[in-house]
This record gives sequence, structure tokens and C-alpha cells, in this order.
Amino acid sequence: MQKELWKGNEAIAEAAVRAGCRAYFGYPITPQNEIPEYMSHRMPEAGGAFVQAESEIAAINMVYGAAAAGVRAMTSSSSPGISLKQEGISYLIGAQLPAVIVNMMRGGPGLGTIQPGQADYIQATRSPGHGDGHMIVLAPSSIQEAADLMADAFDLADRYRTPVMVLADGMIGQMMEPIEWKQREGKPPAEKPWAVTGREGDGKTHVITSLRLKSDSNEAFVLSLAEKYRQIEAAETRFEEVNCQGADVLIAAFGTTARIALSAARKLEKEGVKAGLFRPVTVWPYPYGALRRLAEQESVKAVLTVEMNLGQMLYDVRLAVMDRKPVYFYGRTGGMVPEPAHIADRVREILAEVKKNG
Amino acid sequence: MAEQVVYARSKGLKDVETHYCPGCHHGIIHKLIAEVLVEMDLLDRAVGISPVGCAVLAYDYFNCDFVQAAHGRAPAVATGIKRTRPDLLVFAYQGDGDLASIGAAEIVHATMRGEKHTTIFINNAIYGMTGGQMAPTTLIGQKSTTSPSGRSQAQHGLPIRIAEMLSTLDGMAYAERVCVADIPNLLKAKKAIKKAFSLQQQGIGHTFVEFLSTCPTNWGMTPVAAGEWLKSDMAQYYPLGVKKDVEAAK
Repeated sequence: MQKELWKGNEAIAEAAVRAGCRAYFGYPITPQNEIPEYMSHRMPEAGGAFVQAESEIAAINMVYGAAAAGVRAMTSSSSPGISLKQEGISYLIGAQLPAVIVNMMRGGPGLGTIQPGQADYIQATRSPGHGDGHMIVLAPSSIQEAADLMADAFDLADRYRTPVMVLADGMIGQMMEPIEWKQREGKPPAEKPWAVTGREGDGKTHVITSLRLKSDSNEAFVLSLAEKYRQIEAAETRFEEVNCQGADVLIAAFGTTARIALSAARKLEKEGVKAGLFRPVTVWPYPYGALRRLAEQESVKAVLTVEMNLGQMLYDVRLAVMDRKPVYFYGRTGGMVPEPAHIADRVREILAEVKKNG
Repeated sequence: MAEQVVYARSKGLKDVETHYCPGCHHGIIHKLIAEVLVEMDLLDRAVGISPVGCAVLAYDYFNCDFVQAAHGRAPAVATGIKRTRPDLLVFAYQGDGDLASIGAAEIVHATMRGEKHTTIFINNAIYGMTGGQMAPTTLIGQKSTTSPSGRSQAQHGLPIRIAEMLSTLDGMAYAERVCVADIPNLLKAKKAIKKAFSLQQQGIGHTFVEFLSTCPTNWGMTPVAAGEWLKSDMAQYYPLGVKKDVEAAK
């Protein structure tokens, strides 16, 4: 199929429409503004709803309403705006509503910068909003993958009745890359029997709520979420590994940082150092087992985590590797992007240190 | 002798007891909405949005579809439903803490955009469910658990008249303030709901019915005294009547 040049934000918006998204609600914030801009004309064209909301809070609650009515709905924002959506995400989890949230991360904290960052990793992967819940979090590393993942995001959201976040950074949003539109489009379920679409013939009413006043019934609900999360972990964990078999060192990185890490690995390869790249595609659920097995290889001396933050995925890498192998970190933060040469330096340093320690 | 039914529970309500306190007007207002939904044959395609506050469990009482919204966000949730399912009759049911305080931005913008759903606004001048704290609608001098010597203008400003404020926006098609403290007012209130739902079906703009309501428990009054205080003190600051009617203006 022919390749087309697309800007990341626009590709994501178009992919959402092709995935069957028929409601978009958003609020301007850099570096994701092309998503609401694109949706403002494309969504009505596709017969869907577009509203520029008064705030990120209102936007996520519009998503909540549209999702309750059974429509594929999404919102997008960037880090400071995603903070404002945390309440709504928690309600989506509590009411078991399918929805897609795109986060084009920028450097924080506070107003921070509009340059790319990855410092919302813990917010996204631990317990979004308040309470004991999770959402599936997909981390694309290219515009092609971001476009491909949109259909998956909507399908996963519907299959598990859960919010799904596409966790990217400003580079994905702002870059242009050649992409191919795959045949695979989203598969919206034929019907959503739980949706509020009016009473059924027998007078049965539908209710969407996250309120369970009696603590025992609320506990039973949270335990049912936990069961759902076990199923998601078993069936939906995804990752990519490049040259990990027989590697001297593993570099773990997600999103665009993984591409930079791959450049570093290629540089090292020329010097005879075999650095493998481990890239989780789902950062929740995290591919602990896969990373653990790769780290257990005799050839692997150490694992280096590279991120655009102070070390957030590092916690997951440590949980996967435990004390089987030494785990190191290299990161830039606050909107700065790591360079391949510096990652390669860090790998050499680590290998020297490991050698010294015997 | 055959029994003749002269009064029955509306089919728009489920056959359950509510949790509302004696003398609270929520139950009466629920009944009026339910009756209107049945009389207008809208029950099968009605979706209500319940707030955070005393009416959070409205979905247990109404015999139609319902969505429970985060505190103050009912206008945004209603927007999401009505924009994607314009065939549904959508009404957001919100209290004064919910709508006039934490959700002030959402109701202003939903009205500005002329969102084609109906807001039922219950103004009882206090936070009920959390135990009687001061609301933006609490009257000057009125005691609450966070204004124990009475609300003062110097500290908290004057209470907000929501129906009047929202009526300044062009997106508002119809706004009326009503109450159910006596039968003539109750009948007017029912007419207001009917008019709001009817205008919603015509898709003219936002429709809004504000109810002055009672909270005997947190006001520290008997149900009878609460009804009297509503008419004497509340209705003086919050005058009853039509605030906006684009149909009449034509």
C-alpha cells in the first residue's frame, strides 16, 4: 500500500475516526492541538460529535456521557491537562465505561515546558485518579504505531469496558513520518446492552454509576475489577525486543526514547558491544515476565533503563528483574531529550563497572 | 362496591421508598418530573443525570435510564449524551452545591452553547448530604455548619441567583424559578417542567427549571416551618417566575 506523510497528531485523529470513534471532546493545549483541530472538521464529516469543551474536566465528562450512551468516544490532552482529567478517568473506571484518552506528554512539573517528556508514566500506570483502578496504557514509538494502536485502543476499551490511554510524547504529536493505512479498522461491538439508550421493551432501565454505598458491595466490585485486570494482564501484554537474545546488556525504554536507545544500540554494536532493546508497548499491563526471562540470560550483565524523566518505568524494570541483574538508569527530564551518544557512554560505563565488581 | 383508583404512584417512578428526609421537597419534585415524562410519553427514551448530593440515588427512584455524574459535571455528561443521541430526552438533576459551586463552569458553558437538554436545579440554600455546610445560595444571616453565626456579606459575598445569571446567555431558551411549597405553585412547577421538555424536543436551546426547595433537617426546622421559610425568606431573595422564554419573546 502507498505510504503517506502524516503529522502524528493528525494521524492519531484520523486513525480514531477510522476505528469508529464518533465523539471527540477536547481543550487546547500544546503539543496536541492538531488533534482537536483535525477533529473539528473530520468528526462532523464522519457523522460524529465534536465539542471544544470549556476545560479538560468538562471534556472528560463529555466523554463519560457519550460513552454511557454507547458511542465510541475520546479526548486528548497533554500533561497538565491530563492531571485535570484524573477525576473523570477514575469515574470511567468506576462506572466501567469504555473510552480512549491520548496524552501527548510534555515536560513538567507545573506548567513546565511544551517540549516532550515521559514524566506522566507513574500517573498513567499506577492508579489513575483516586481509588483502586487501572487503565490499559499503550505507548507507541512511531507515528505508524500510534495510528495502528488507535483501533486497538478502542477495541480493548470496548472488550474490557475500561478507559484506555495512548501515552505518547510531544515528538510523536509533532513529527511527520510516512505511514501506511492498514486495512484493519476498529470493530465496534454490535450492541452495548448496558448503555443508556432508553428503557427496553420490558421497562428495564439502564443505570451507569460508580457509587456503591455499602462497603462490602464496593469491595466486591473492586475485586471484580482485579479479576478483569488479571485477564488483561494474561491476554493483552505486548512488547517488542530487538537483539535481546544473547545480549551483553539490555536497554529498557518506551515510546520515542526507545528509538533513541536503538540508535545507541546500533552504535555500540559496531564496537562489538551487544546491546538489546526491550520496549514495552503496553506499559500497563507491564510485560514483567518477558523482561525477567531476557534478563535471566547468562550473557546479560546489566539492564539499563532510559527515560525522559527521573526514573519512573525504572520501578517496573526493577520489579521485573529484581536482584537477578544490576539495574541502572539514564534519563533526561524537564523537556530535554536523551542523545544516542550519551546512552552509549552510559552503557560502556555500566559494563566497565560490572566488570570491576566481578 | 368496585374500587375506584383516584390516585396512584406514577409509572415514571419505581415502587420503592426514597431516603429523603421528612419535609424535603426532592420526592415531590421527582414525582412531578415522573408524571410529566409519562404524560408526554417520554419515559422510554428519557435519560436522567444524577448529581453528587442528596439526589445522587435518583436512579433508584426514577423508572427511566440514568447516569450518575461526578460533582458538578452533570451539564458536561448531559452534553456528551445529547450530542451523540439527540433522539433521547436528557435531563440533568442538580443541587446548588453541585451546580452553583463546583459545577459553575460546566452549567455556564452548557448554557452558552445552548445545549439541548434540560436542567432541573434544586436550590435549598445549603449542602444537604454533607451535613449542612454553607452553599453559594445560602442567604445572608442564614446559619450553617460553616457559617455558624450566619452568612456575612463581608466574608462570603451575596448569594448567587443562578436562573437570572444564566438567562443573560443567548443559549438559554427557557428559564423559570418555581417551588412546590403549596398546591398552586406545585401546579405551576409541573407546567414549567412540561414546557422545558417540550422546548427540548423542539431543539431550541438550553432549558432550565430552578426549584426553591427545603432542607428541614439542616435548616433545623419542622417541615411546615421550612415550607413557610421558603415562601417568606427564600422567595424574597430568589423571586419565583419566568426569567427567560424565547417563545414568548417572539
